[in-house]
Amino acid sequence: MASDAVAISRTEVEDRPWVDTLHEWVTTVDHKRIGLLYILFALVFLVIAGLEALVIRIQLMYPHNDFVSPQVFNRMFTMHGTTMIFFFAMPILFGFGNYLVPLMIGARDMAFPRLNAFSFWLSALGGFLLYFSFLGGSGLYGAGSAPDVGWWAYAPLTARAFSPGSSTDYWTIAVLVSGFGSIGTAVNLIATILCMRCPGMTLGRMPLLSWLYLTMSGLALIGITPLSAAQLMLLVDRYLGGHFFDTQAGGSATLWMHFFWIFGHPEVYILVIPAFAFMSEIIPVFSRKPIFGYPVMVAATVCIAFVSMSVWAHHMFTIGMNSYANSFFAITTMAVGVPTGIKIFNWLGTMWGGRIQFKTPMLFAIAFLFQFLIAGLTGIIQAAVPFDWQLSLSYFVVAHFHYVIVGGILFAIFAAFYYWYPKVTGRMLSERLGTLHFWLFVIGFHLTFDPMHFAGLLGMPRRIYTFEPGRGWDAINLIVSIGAFIQAVGILVFVANLILSYWKGARAGNDPWDAWTLEWLTSSPPPAYNFASIPTIASRRPLWDLKHPEDPDSRYE
Amino acid sequence: MSTFAPPIVEPTFDTAGVWSLPSRGKVGMASLIVAESAIFTIFVVAYLYYLGKSLSGPTPRQVLEVPIFYTFCLLSSSLTIHYAGKSLERDKKRAFLGLWLLTIVLGGLFMFGTAREWYRLIYEHGLTIATNLFGTTYYSLVGLHAFHVTAGLIMLSIVLAFSLAGRVTPRHFGRIDVLALYWHFVDAVWVVVFTVVYVIGR
Repeated sequence: MASDAVAISRTEVEDRPWVDTLHEWVTTVDHKRIGLLYILFALVFLVIAGLEALVIRIQLMYPHNDFVSPQVFNRMFTMHGTTMIFFFAMPILFGFGNYLVPLMIGARDMAFPRLNAFSFWLSALGGFLLYFSFLGGSGLYGAGSAPDVGWWAYAPLTARAFSPGSSTDYWTIAVLVSGFGSIGTAVNLIATILCMRCPGMTLGRMPLLSWLYLTMSGLALIGITPLSAAQLMLLVDRYLGGHFFDTQAGGSATLWMHFFWIFGHPEVYILVIPAFAFMSEIIPVFSRKPIFGYPVMVAATVCIAFVSMSVWAHHMFTIGMNSYANSFFAITTMAVGVPTGIKIFNWLGTMWGGRIQFKTPMLFAIAFLFQFLIAGLTGIIQAAVPFDWQLSLSYFVVAHFHYVIVGGILFAIFAAFYYWYPKVTGRMLSERLGTLHFWLFVIGFHLTFDPMHFAGLLGMPRRIYTFEPGRGWDAINLIVSIGAFIQAVGILVFVANLILSYWKGARAGNDPWDAWTLEWLTSSPPPAYNFASIPTIASRRPLWDLKHPEDPDSRYE
Repeated sequence: MSTFAPPIVEPTFDTAGVWSLPSRGKVGMASLIVAESAIFTIFVVAYLYYLGKSLSGPTPRQVLEVPIFYTFCLLSSSLTIHYAGKSLERDKKRAFLGLWLLTIVLGGLFMFGTAREWYRLIYEHGLTIATNLFGTTYYSLVGLHAFHVTAGLIMLSIVLAFSLAGRVTPRHFGRIDVLALYWHFVDAVWVVVFTVVYVIGR
């Protein structure tokens, strides 16, 4: 009955002129639409940055290759890194947060809907500015220019003397503007989670996803702002003749490194905590068991957020800090593995003894567990300072952080797509294409990033333009490049699945996975107002209580 | 199961039967203040790190004078805005308007003090943001704070315009309180900047 009503309103929308629909989307303040805008924006940048990665891999396929010039190669790895972090990972995770958090806490919208729209358009402006640099990086004559200072943009390379033209300014301003957008969304998520919960939803009954987004937003407030401050200083240096990072006038290049990594390391956790959030919703549902150790999961997450604020200089062991600083950052880095390990044990504890359903979201979730574990272990290896001195700036590091970001975060994002797509569109994603996507991506991922560790151990430096034959890197690089193309095919299958299933997918209904959180209570897709009447809950699994009135969770709380 | 599902359970609350949550305005502003504090922290760290590292003059000791009067103005404005809010809550419109205006005047005096100091530094001592590390860090840190005071003054003036039009009522106390929170933050930051620049820095 209810879904009929929704279907009728949908046809009405389709009959209207497309300009009206476009206008509605551009001016929207609805958290679901803004969430979708974030996600679509991020997917576009995923494809762009993926193509840049392919250019890098074609260039490194053979020794002495000259597919692109060294200048273009520098631009490619700079743009690939910057885009993936600031314009794919951040917006897509904020997009999911925007879409899901109000639904899961039983609210009708975010706390500040207009701030929400403003934050999204700031991020979009940032992405536009970054890519406009291809046209305007050296003035309008310099077509083909773009930032080429690396994604961490170390001083003094960013000084006017070494980076003339405007491409570095586009990089700075793009990152600064998107940072302001991120802060706006973080403020909004915190206010939403603390102030908009439906009756009965105490902090201890919130879905773990809300808890993890709350932690991530808090971390974003103090993690992203140092970068904004450093970018402001860089702008002062470049435009007003300041000396913050100008070694000629007594300034310090190392200070930029500190400021960048004070942002840079928490950033990893800002990205991975939402990935943990997806896992904490998906694994219980497909194991048919409530999450194991809910309070410990919350405590471990908050603990990770705190410890992650004090590990940044493990990115800087090779710059020559004193041994006390080295020891401090080595110990904190190893310590952050403890709460992370607790989380992995709790996910395993959730699966243990459960009736596991191997649907596509669960496949990606299981791959996440294995890959994220390996990624964490290679991280702890590099926390050992003498070992890091050997491996820093090698392909081992590249392999490590891609294992975290692709093997961990991207796999979690795929799991989230397969899990929540039915809620967003009302259609199921194809399981056949999903399984194909999963296996292509797993094989491509391991072909790409496993051999990279060995390239690093054999001494291959990162950001190298080309290499001499006969150093033992030839076969490895060829395999890595083949793996990259298999991943690209996997992404094509994924995008095809998203598009085809939108029209051809099976009808999902309100609750296709027999799940327990509030977003599955409303129709798919949810109406603009989310819930006709605001629900009242009495346990962590409100839909379980509804489906099993004879044995509700609330009895045991 | 219908879309328009009824509440899942009968509302039963342990805590006196009332479901109350914090004000989103206050939580939002508190979050913004946390973020802003991190930005200021980075600028303060840069200031302290570069103390005495300038390769050429002038030095802080040679040119900086402690702005005691203007500091007094800014810090008192925290009191006036607090009592302005109290007056509004008790529906004393004239007292609110007077205290609010006084807050703006005190904030404006502070900005006047900053402007005079900068004028003196630039035209009498030739210290600009490009002169040396002291100039770069000083103008950035004090300027960042002055930018926040200016933003606050603009918001205060908007409220003033509305209240002159008779549109500010006790109903708006919550919003005024959020703005006051921002203003207190700007004052608190000045205490840090003052300590760093005029006490430790000299």
